Amino acid sequence: MEGLAMLGAGIGAGIATLGAGLGIGKIASGAVESIARQPEAAGDIRGSMILTAALIEGVALFACAICFMIQAKF
Amino acid sequence: MILAAGHDPDRIDILHHLMDSEPYFHVADFTLFGQAISLDITKHVLLMWLAAFLVIVLLTSISRQKGLVPRGLRNLIEPVLLFIKDELAVPNFHDKADKYVPFLWTTFFFILFCNLLGLIPGSATATGNLSVTAGLALCSFFAIHVTGIRENGLGHYLASIVPPVPWWLWPLLLVVELVGLVAKPFALAVRLWANMNGGHIVIMVLMGFIFLFKNFLAAGISVAAATAIYMLEIFVALLQAYVFTFLTAVFMGMAAHPEH
Repeated sequence: MEGLAMLGAGIGAGIATLGAGLGIGKIASGAVESIARQPEAAGDIRGSMILTAALIEGVALFACAICFMIQAKF
Repeated sequence: MILAAGHDPDRIDILHHLMDSEPYFHVADFTLFGQAISLDITKHVLLMWLAAFLVIVLLTSISRQKGLVPRGLRNLIEPVLLFIKDELAVPNFHDKADKYVPFLWTTFFFILFCNLLGLIPGSATATGNLSVTAGLALCSFFAIHVTGIRENGLGHYLASIVPPVPWWLWPLLLVVELVGLVAKPFALAVRLWANMNGGHIVIMVLMGFIFLFKNFLAAGISVAAATAIYMLEIFVALLQAYVFTFLTAVFMGMAAHPEH
């Protein structure tokens, strides 16, 4: 049972990283594209890029913290 | 050995190791609402005080400097202050930026000093303690709502918590918005805490490889990788101080200018 819990924690952390990576990658690609199209709006775009990336990262970190607690419990 | 703290001597209790809350001075223990609360002075508390002291000394000495041309440390600090004012305060508060920017400056520099002091070997990251980040997030929570009430008046602010929607959607949105009120500071606290601990855990795991493999090749690779992660942590320390301040500013701006 303990091994399964560890496995679950590890897989969970991996999936969370996968999701966050995909999400932040999509934000970055969108931001770079729009800055290339409209360089004068770079400041605004960078601001909203950091905001949304931070929000996604927050959710991914919740997942990692939960995996971590599973790891610490067993 | 420090790694083997906890119930089982063969297992590494990472959470206990990260918290490192061996009290230096015993002050008081009491129970509040069934929750054991300790006021003992730990390493985190000492480093938090040190960070606060440095922020007060540095920023007040710079603000007292006369003249338009900066000298000494003011060259380093002033561009940062200006950046926070121009990039965070002005877009969110417009003409009222001067009223709210001191809170953002204090938040940014306090978190930054806590983060950077934690990178000195032998010290501890105060912002890597969930209680510290929860306290900071509580400050943000009050700042957000005090801003909203000051700019709109209590009645208007309470009415603006739920944006204008058809009446049958109103109760549902009220629940969503009330959850959002709690979720914002909760996310702020957990984000800062997890980011500050993430790098430390990676470094500890890398160092653990040396004890696992017990050869020089693994040691070399581990030390090189840990150094690289340490460099990343310096960047993360700056970034997370910025992100915390940025999100606080955005939420304060949202409270000050609700949707009509």
